[in-house]
Amino acid sequence: MNKFIDPCCEHCWHTKEKPCELFIACCTEGPLCHQNRSCEEKFKSLNNHLKYIEHDQPVIFIGKGTCGLASGAQKVEEAVKNELQKLNIKAHIEETGCVGYCSREVIVDIKLPGQERISYCEVTPKIVPKLIQKTLVQKEIFSEKLLGTYGKGSGDIPNINSVPFFKNQRKIVLENCGVINPSSIDVYIAFGGFKGLDKALRLMKPPEVVKEISESGLRGRGGAGFPTGKKWELAANQKSDKKYLICNADEGDPGAFMDRSVLESDPYRVVEGMIIGAYAIGACEGYIYCRAEYPLAIKRLEETIKKCEEYNLLGNNILGSGFSFNLHVKKGAGAFVCGEETALMASIEGKRGMPRPRPPFPSVSGLWGKPSVVNNVETFANISSIIVRGAGWFSSIGTKTSKGTKVFALSGKINNTGLVEVPMGVTLEDVVFKAGGGIPNAKHFKAVQIGGPSGGCLPESVISTQVDYESLKSVGAMMGSGGFVVMDEDTCMVDIAKFFLTFIQNESCGKCVPCREGTKRMLEIIKRIPTSYRNTKLKTDELQRFKGVVHLQRLASVIQDTSLCGLGQSAPNPVLSGLRYFREEYEEHLYERKCSAGVCKELLIYTIDNAICNGCGVCVKKCSSDAIAGEKGHAHYIIEDKCIKCGLCYESCRFNAINVN
Amino acid sequence: MHSKIFLNYSREDKSCLIPMLQDVQNIYNYLPEPALHEIAEFVGLPFSRVYGVATFYNQFRLAPLGENIIRVCRGTACHVKNSANILFALETHLGIKAGETTRDKKFTLELVNCIGACSIAPVVTINDDYYGRIGIKDIPKILKNYSQPAVKPEQSTAGKN
Repeated sequence: MNKFIDPCCEHCWHTKEKPCELFIACCTEGPLCHQNRSCEEKFKSLNNHLKYIEHDQPVIFIGKGTCGLASGAQKVEEAVKNELQKLNIKAHIEETGCVGYCSREVIVDIKLPGQERISYCEVTPKIVPKLIQKTLVQKEIFSEKLLGTYGKGSGDIPNINSVPFFKNQRKIVLENCGVINPSSIDVYIAFGGFKGLDKALRLMKPPEVVKEISESGLRGRGGAGFPTGKKWELAANQKSDKKYLICNADEGDPGAFMDRSVLESDPYRVVEGMIIGAYAIGACEGYIYCRAEYPLAIKRLEETIKKCEEYNLLGNNILGSGFSFNLHVKKGAGAFVCGEETALMASIEGKRGMPRPRPPFPSVSGLWGKPSVVNNVETFANISSIIVRGAGWFSSIGTKTSKGTKVFALSGKINNTGLVEVPMGVTLEDVVFKAGGGIPNAKHFKAVQIGGPSGGCLPESVISTQVDYESLKSVGAMMGSGGFVVMDEDTCMVDIAKFFLTFIQNESCGKCVPCREGTKRMLEIIKRIPTSYRNTKLKTDELQRFKGVVHLQRLASVIQDTSLCGLGQSAPNPVLSGLRYFREEYEEHLYERKCSAGVCKELLIYTIDNAICNGCGVCVKKCSSDAIAGEKGHAHYIIEDKCIKCGLCYESCRFNAINVN
Repeated sequence: MHSKIFLNYSREDKSCLIPMLQDVQNIYNYLPEPALHEIAEFVGLPFSRVYGVATFYNQFRLAPLGENIIRVCRGTACHVKNSANILFALETHLGIKAGETTRDKKFTLELVNCIGACSIAPVVTINDDYYGRIGIKDIPKILKNYSQPAVKPEQSTAGKN
């Protein structure tokens, strides 16, 4: 028996065509239909093998999510293989996803037979020989790059959960990420996977599943926070020959990557959640709409679906329950607005991805005019845990209105970039300074951008805000999908507003006027703010610059009130939160034409300190506009009129002779 | 060349338009006009509808691309870490603007909204290789890997860690 689908003896008859309803329960507790010592042993040893408890060879786990690959995981794997061959050591290499600690990738775990699994971080091909020598040959701990142990920690070897980055986390969605091999269905089952599906299909009726989810208080993790149970109930009550269940994996928010990571590191969890959801609402067909920019996630999903079909967890008569469900992956084609549910469905139908007015809500008339439910990846990833452990357990985590946990993608100017899963109700401060490890280079925290282009920038004064749907809304941001970009004093808030408006302007589908025209006007106004005197040629430009700002707030509220979909309604948020918390910075740009963060190019002045400059001439070569003059060996000068403020000279100067102010 | 694609789809399935366009683009790296006409005929939609879909989505291109496609991530995290400067440096180095192709058809420079590798921002991808945490100084070195013909570019490197 190498796989769970293999029969233990002639008594076992589970196949794709003739499914056994006890299959999942049998995998971990089996055999259930007959008593046989040798079969029991077979199941036990297979489980122990898959859970990496029993093995004869050392197991080397390499984190190969996109972040790991981008940090060179492929090269590390090759180096490990070479080294093993050189030393003639037999070891098993297991591919895992991302454990969340992306800033310390490549993460390599090593487990020797009969010992604890030990995690090492920042592994490069260069140190692989040392690592292998120390751990596999000398059988000691390679303390230089030690992250922690999965077993009981002691003294110098901390348990992985006591590492500051993991300490304040509570993992439900990310439980398996980076721990298990994401492409093996057997490993997922051995780690307790599909237990939720098993319980739902065997012991619960569809309305009971819906009730359980309603009672758990789970709310949509895509951003708006609509109660999932309620959405399912609406769809379940519709009478129709066909219903659809759709997973929204069109994670377009720049700065958010938790859906990618979950799909890459634990795709079975999402698919299991979807099957349970389909059973609850009575859907027979489902789609996962995934961004084409995530090739690895799409590959994993396709493999997952194939494997599930092989094990009769998808397809006809799932586990003998009479319930059938087919799942397809749809590749997105790169449109941010397709994250909006009605636009997403239009895109699946092969049309331009434009939203339509609601009602009718998708639960009543969605894909191809049939009742449809659209949920986010993270929402589905929560479902099986809720079914297994019960609504009471889930609702005991979090705050009064927001239950459970939330995954945030920490990025920007923060020490520990990566994924953190925290219970609802922790403060932003905890996330930034405890899990995130604070700001690098001893810089000062300025703001955190939450919720992507629809969210807002929150300053230090509100950093003690709790993370839950209502609290974040009250301070002018929103939960969003979970992007969490930290900014330090070198970030200019006017520039950030400009960045998001440019993004929204590019991604606006053009259907409704407030969003299409309004955001363009807003962008024009914001763009005029950081212009230098030199580029303001006409007096009318000067006038427009002030006049625009006067109208900015009103324009923003009109866009909010009158746009068709969520994209437009939330488009002014970055500007509004900027005006609310960083008014002085806007005023400084406007009145003094100064950018203290040193970002707005037009307002900067570059000078060469002629006491330091030795005339090496590197900057002259770099300068694309011939704005630097000087004789070789003597101090150079920047000709202000010619300078286009690109900053290349500043970056290339080896003597730090160039000043910006 | 693309006629095989039609075998994988059925005429009744109305949702196959976007996957078909994606498949055609995978072959040619862009959408040639004759192929668009054939697809329109196959799915039974007016050409204008097919063209409308092809121009709506960022992924589809109607003009051929260079040999190597450079994508600069312009997500929030990359922006905060100065990806604008990286883009500017690439533009000056290659002598083209974003969205254009060099005259020797070696490089195409594109912008991408977010490739989800925010933890190692700023990120640039060239073909299928990821380059994370790069600085302006790394650019000439990285591009050199791709400028010589017939030499297979090195696999992705992490840049400086």
